[in-house]
Amino acid sequence: MFESLSPTQLPAADEALREPVRTLIAEAVAHLPLDRRARSWQGFDAALSRKLGQAGFLGLTLPKRYGGAERGPFARFVIVEELLAAGAPVAAHWIADRQSAPLILNYGNEDQRQFYLPRICRGEAFFCIGMSEPGSGSDLASVRTRAERTDHGWRLNGQKIWTTNAPHSDYMIALVRTSGTAEDRQSGLSQLIVDLKAPGITIRPIVDLTGDAHFAEVFFDNVELGEDALIGTEGQGWKQVTAELAFERSGPERIYSSMVLIDAWIAHVAAMGRLDGATAALAGRMTAEIATLRAMSLAVTGLLAAGQSPVVEASLVKDLGTTFEQAVPAWIGDDLAAHPDEPVSPDLHRTIAYLGQIAPSFSLRGGTREILRGIIARGLGLR
Amino acid sequence: MTREELADPFHRLLEGACPPAVVRAIESGGDWGDLWAEIEASGYLDALVPEASGGAGLTLAEIAPLLMALGRHAVPLPVADTMIARALIARTGGERPDGPIVLVAGAASAPVAFAAVAVHALIEQGGVLRLIRLNDCARAPSGDPGSLAELVGWPEAPGATGWPASGVDLAALIAIARAAAMAGAGDRLLEMTVAYANERIQFGKPIGKQQALQQQLAVMAEQVVAMRMAAEIGCAAGLEGNAAGAAVAKRIASAAAVIVADTAHAVHGAIGISEEYDLQLYTRRLRQWRLAGGGETYWAQRLGRLRLAAASLTSVDFVRTHITATGTA
Ligand SMILES: Cc1cc2nc3c(=O)[nH]c(=O)nc-3n(C[C@H](O)[C@H](O)[C@H](O)COP(=O)(O)OP(=O)(O)OC[C@H]3O[C@@H](n4cnc5c(N)ncnc54)[C@H](O)[C@@H]3O)c2cc1C
Repeated sequence: MFESLSPTQLPAADEALREPVRTLIAEAVAHLPLDRRARSWQGFDAALSRKLGQAGFLGLTLPKRYGGAERGPFARFVIVEELLAAGAPVAAHWIADRQSAPLILNYGNEDQRQFYLPRICRGEAFFCIGMSEPGSGSDLASVRTRAERTDHGWRLNGQKIWTTNAPHSDYMIALVRTSGTAEDRQSGLSQLIVDLKAPGITIRPIVDLTGDAHFAEVFFDNVELGEDALIGTEGQGWKQVTAELAFERSGPERIYSSMVLIDAWIAHVAAMGRLDGATAALAGRMTAEIATLRAMSLAVTGLLAAGQSPVVEASLVKDLGTTFEQAVPAWIGDDLAAHPDEPVSPDLHRTIAYLGQIAPSFSLRGGTREILRGIIARGLGLR
Repeated sequence: MTREELADPFHRLLEGACPPAVVRAIESGGDWGDLWAEIEASGYLDALVPEASGGAGLTLAEIAPLLMALGRHAVPLPVADTMIARALIARTGGERPDGPIVLVAGAASAPVAFAAVAVHALIEQGGVLRLIRLNDCARAPSGDPGSLAELVGWPEAPGATGWPASGVDLAALIAIARAAAMAGAGDRLLEMTVAYANERIQFGKPIGKQQALQQQLAVMAEQVVAMRMAAEIGCAAGLEGNAAGAAVAKRIASAAAVIVADTAHAVHGAIGISEEYDLQLYTRRLRQWRLAGGGETYWAQRLGRLRLAAASLTSVDFVRTHITATGTA
């Protein structure tokens, strides 16, 4: 079953992007300690995003006429894989490049495309995702934030929460109700591009359990937006957000969150000269899972490249991938604790502590484990 | 030829020639000659043999769907082993013997899968490959219920002359063949289990409507797809038997086997425990093949040693450079 996920190779032309982007990344991460690199797509560095944009490494899937590279999902896979493996702080452009740009390309009108896409490709326009609300997490269709028609466009009232990067972002693509009530569920929803500098918007960062503040609460109090805030079709928000989530869930970031820790641990045990069976078994287990997950992620990329929206396949790979990246800090922590006489660098200690604490979020962000398994079950024909 | 064009006739052949009744008959000591004759006549046994020697000259990666089909149909004969053995023999210019061949690596005191239904063993010891007639060996049933494995006592002084393995890693090839068969059996189990969940009514609705079972089946599906992708990675390693690729395949397949078999049984309830119901044909195989030729820890250790020997590489680079890429560009 799921034969759609089949072995897929990176085209040589896209593989060729690896070396050039590597040089750029090496400079960007050289000064970062390991536990900062472990934050990767939660780490914010606007200068790096602009550099990547200038070098042509953003908007790889977008047409040239909008400033993109017109190369497709495989090229993006290579760049993203390199950024994540190195733990580069990519948060600034991450959401725009991954899902906002394809959304605007697919559903935006020509003016919207011209306005946003070239700046996304240059690493100059940063986006956040306005889906979750205090009363709407997994049950996304129950959102209550509301936009009403005015003479000049839309008036927005309500609240979003857990919005990653809201304090640093220029725009939010928000899922809001434009007609009916929460009881109408999937109908009556639309997506709006909200300029976060508009009057009436309050953004309050939320501090996470490790002390970081990557996400925020966003309040809308009679925010006036123009006609052009609507992206796509009024009332089609649910369909659009589903397609957006397929982009959100299908990237290799769902397997690489603990990658810098794995590589640091390999370097540690090699330095200690460990050759015992338990050490080899852990190294081998992690390597086997990386190899398999990477092959699966490439297969999903292949489906994107073929123009499909691999909702079920992406959910399957995301669930398996996050299960792996969540387990890694626990495995490595246990391994080091089993060798109390070994000197472990403070960097490595901090990274295990950080990743161990934040790891539960890996299977929450972008849709929880239980919700993804429900999607897989539907794909199996059980619901 | 596409993968489907290669695999579809093979599936049809096995569907016709190897239904569950035939599997059961052979497993309980029945004659396997007819099934073997049909498979032999199909020409698939020489899929890996170079064209110059009269084979199809396909690669292991190309025949991955065939190796999986063998597990999917619970074929009770060492077809994958024989395909690999015939290719290795043909490479040396040797004569390919008739009948099923099993592959054996090392001293092999563990049960040899399929030995009860094989004529020859191709055995690798100390870098030397030898073809040994099983009738020249001391043989005893392994005693595992329904198993075709045997405990084999190899002759002290092997009569057969050997030839240098020259880089062929037979243990890796055995691991790849078993992993691929496990992926096929796992896929069959997933299909059977999903179908059963949609049919069986309790509390007035199909049990598959229960979220508790849906979540278990989703996990089972993930494991089955992982098995298949890992098996593809193994097959991409080719006949040279790249140990890293084989290790990925067998580590993932063996670790997944327990989850997949256990979930299949959990969802089926008591009916899955009965001999008469076909589920056991596949779950028993998953458990045997999990351990055959090295289990998940053995292969994790082998892979881990290769990884640690290249500790200066990042994991992404190790995977990119040491574990052969698969598939089409
Ligand atoms: C680090 C991080 C970053 C995030 N960034 C963003 C962002 O940028 N933008 C944004 O919009 N959101 C963001 N989120 C929010 C995220 O999308 C939600 O956390 C997620 O959708 C789950 O919603 P919830 O937290 O309200 O949990 P709930 O939906 O309340 O779920 C709680 C538990 O109940 C389970 N559950 C709920 N419904 C069901 C069901 N039908 N069946 C079985 N189990 C169920 C869940 O699986 C979970 O285990 C972020 C979250 C995190 C942790």
